[in-house]
Amino acid sequence: MTKIHVTARINGDEVEFLCDPRETMLDVLRDRLGLIGAKEGCGTGDCGACSITLDGRLVCSCLMLGVEAEGREIGTVEGIAEGENLHPLQRKFIEHAALQCGFCTPGILVAAKNLLERNPDPSEEEVRYWLAGNLCRCTGYDKIIRAVLDAAAEMREAS
Amino acid sequence: MALDEYRPQEGDEAYEGPREFRQVGTRPDRPDGFDKVTGRARFGADMYAPGMLHAAILRSPHAHARIVRLDTSKAEALEGVKAVVTRADFSKNVIFAPGTVGEFWNILENIMAGEKALYDGHAVAAVAATTPLIARDALKLIEVEYEILPHVTDVDEAMKPGAPVIREGAADRSVPEGMHPNVVRYHESGHGDVEAGFAEADLVIEDHFTTEATHQGYIEPHACLGTLGADGKGELWCCTQGHWYVQKVCAALLDLETANLRVTASEIGGGFGGKTTVFIEPVALALSRKAGRPVKLVMSRAEVFRATGPTASASMDIRIGMKKDGTITAAQGTFRLQGGAFPGAPMEFTAMCAFACYDLRHVRQVGYDVMTNRPKQAAYRAPGSPMAAFAVESVIDELCNRLGLDPIEVRLKNAAREGTKASYGPTYPRIGLVETLEAARAHPHYAAPLKPGQGRGISCGFWFNYGGETSVSLALSEDGSAQVMVGTPDIGGSRASMALMAAEVLGIPYENIRVTVADTGSLGYNEISHGSRVTYASGLATIKAARDAVRKLRQRAADKWGIDVEAVDWVDGCAVPSGPNAGDFDPLPLAEITKTMGATGGPISGHFEATPEGAGVSFATHIVDAEVDRETGKTRVVRYTVVQDAGKAIHPTYVEGQFQGGAAQGIGWALNEEYIYGEDGRLQNPGFLDYRIPVASDLPMIDTVIVEVPNPGHPFGVRGVGETSICPPLAAIANAVSNAAGVRLRDLPMRPSRILDELEKQRDDA
Repeated sequence: MTKIHVTARINGDEVEFLCDPRETMLDVLRDRLGLIGAKEGCGTGDCGACSITLDGRLVCSCLMLGVEAEGREIGTVEGIAEGENLHPLQRKFIEHAALQCGFCTPGILVAAKNLLERNPDPSEEEVRYWLAGNLCRCTGYDKIIRAVLDAAAEMREAS
Repeated sequence: MALDEYRPQEGDEAYEGPREFRQVGTRPDRPDGFDKVTGRARFGADMYAPGMLHAAILRSPHAHARIVRLDTSKAEALEGVKAVVTRADFSKNVIFAPGTVGEFWNILENIMAGEKALYDGHAVAAVAATTPLIARDALKLIEVEYEILPHVTDVDEAMKPGAPVIREGAADRSVPEGMHPNVVRYHESGHGDVEAGFAEADLVIEDHFTTEATHQGYIEPHACLGTLGADGKGELWCCTQGHWYVQKVCAALLDLETANLRVTASEIGGGFGGKTTVFIEPVALALSRKAGRPVKLVMSRAEVFRATGPTASASMDIRIGMKKDGTITAAQGTFRLQGGAFPGAPMEFTAMCAFACYDLRHVRQVGYDVMTNRPKQAAYRAPGSPMAAFAVESVIDELCNRLGLDPIEVRLKNAAREGTKASYGPTYPRIGLVETLEAARAHPHYAAPLKPGQGRGISCGFWFNYGGETSVSLALSEDGSAQVMVGTPDIGGSRASMALMAAEVLGIPYENIRVTVADTGSLGYNEISHGSRVTYASGLATIKAARDAVRKLRQRAADKWGIDVEAVDWVDGCAVPSGPNAGDFDPLPLAEITKTMGATGGPISGHFEATPEGAGVSFATHIVDAEVDRETGKTRVVRYTVVQDAGKAIHPTYVEGQFQGGAAQGIGWALNEEYIYGEDGRLQNPGFLDYRIPVASDLPMIDTVIVEVPNPGHPFGVRGVGETSICPPLAAIANAVSNAAGVRLRDLPMRPSRILDELEKQRDDA
């Protein structure tokens, strides 16, 4: 099948790629662009491990086609830290042991960052409902929720 | 340098008594944290190789069918397809044997069907192609003609006369005569005279319970990248809980010499027992051998559900007698577990764990391992124990309710202690069940008022824990830092625990130690990360390897000072002269010794290889508050507290994490999760939308209490903590539901429809 040429901006950098019209954005990120941070846990939009932002909106990259990235702005877990400085969410996830296996972590970080950009002072319930689309099987979510609330508090103090 | 350095170290496992720890018990950041929050960590599907092909597997859509014809020629002819394999491409030397004796044959038959497809999702052929899309297209070109056979997926149905036979001759000699051929293994154990015990009781309750199969539900699907040459040498990258096991199985199934296949464990995206298995690795290697190129094979989520390890489902009868004062007089259980189309359902664990919490004069338990047309069951966190705890702890709760007794007091009255003859045979050394019950009774949660519509449930749980074959190697660098090589994949922060234990012994900072999960070519044999064995066994081996290095460090100091090594102590990371030589020389720090080690006798390393057998058994008590919506039948967990004995918590935060994770999985098992099979024997819910694991908005915070009753079989007192936490939740929630709504749910999951049915019966009875 003829491939399609796509130009997009990913984590601030302009990127060009060729992709099969059937390929998902997740496959493009991982297999064509070497951005392996987004994970495939289900391929059907149920687990959130492939979460990215598309023009600032949280989406499952497994439910998006690579060709749909044309002219769009994409954010992945690889773009969360600024150089050697981890984002407060990343630091708090390590500090609170909010990860055990770490497979769901990239998606949860992308989703949590997106939440805090919209709502810098979420309640526990708001964090739980925002992250309801990101499955974690290891932690029981307790330490994840605490890490997000703690990061939010620190970011509010800093701003 | 004395040759003495290389004398083997004694493998003493005994607890060394209480001590002040400097590092153990602190909560440093995990060493792999940075990689895992930045997306750098490499999991099973994150590895790529030059010239790599992508593979896909064709699976049976039928629950039970004879494969009459299998034609792969059209798929092979598709452009971009480089290899197709079927059962003919695997070893002919793997021999069938009954029961679990022929486990390698069982694995081979499971990963690639022979004459019959035995369950919906059973692999029948595989393709490797230049792109994943071509591989998927090629599957559609494989022609399979099936003769559909009658099937059975329910454990009780599979035992009845006339049920379809999954495989003749699969039963081992333990099975009593006259049983259906689907009953393939049998277990019985206990002591005393249960009938005499029941005669002493004031109240005897006998009840029937069932639990459905649930999936481990790790978020990372199985994935691997294999390269195998015609020279019989290969490399394999895979997500697994045990890469030496993968190496051994792949070698057997492909007629390789074990050492010629080097296996590297990737970061692992959850396992919970479900990755103590082999499914796709030999398939990728067989494809690679045929195509002459590396092959990557990644399962889809539907494949994970249809063809990898759910836990066994269970049908159980429990009978318990109690006196008015709460004394249990006798207990009896019958446990029928189906483990799919192969022997191996962990019914002996179910039977042995069932009454392990209690000191019983009369106890008897019987187990049946039954085959059905379902995927081969796999271990799931304390395999076999949670279903037993569900049934037994439900009956104990019912007895407490009817006799008007407090559930914690009754459990304390009957609790197993040091010296108790366990229901499964041995006599317990020091154990911590009583301490968990006392801590639960003292916890504010137990006394907190409940709101209308809420109920509180209590349950205990037990797991054996395990040691197993273990090798650890520790190498010191010239600058005084240390590399620790372990062979147990890190499934929950174990590298942090190992670094803490090594730092404690060496007396150097935690940050100066790097712990690596070594590949099979870099270290001696290591058993799988299972049985809650990692912090216990790899931890013990790490302590011993570090002490081995310390012994050599002391020898170098002794040589330098010209004194006997016995006159050199190791204190806070320094060699210090002791006894008659005390104060004669300045302390010699580790880094000073390693700086010159090349000239003073060569590199300094420590090793430990052994099979530790002192894993301490583990107990927990859980308290849960649940709220039942009488209109919708939905149950909501509103408060949860886990109390568990950790022996000694090396990294308390990750111990808490294990407690919380097990509780959350237990909540899913109790309320939502189940394998649903249709009349056609096909799995109806092979996806996370319809197989619903708990999400963040389903759960409350999960409070934890770490009890520390030292394990007599570990120098620091460590007990495994990973598995026990999933044992109590099923019954604790059922008991909470019973106390909240007055209905006793005997079948899991307690989905809303079942609760509504029970509430309706309650109204009819009223």
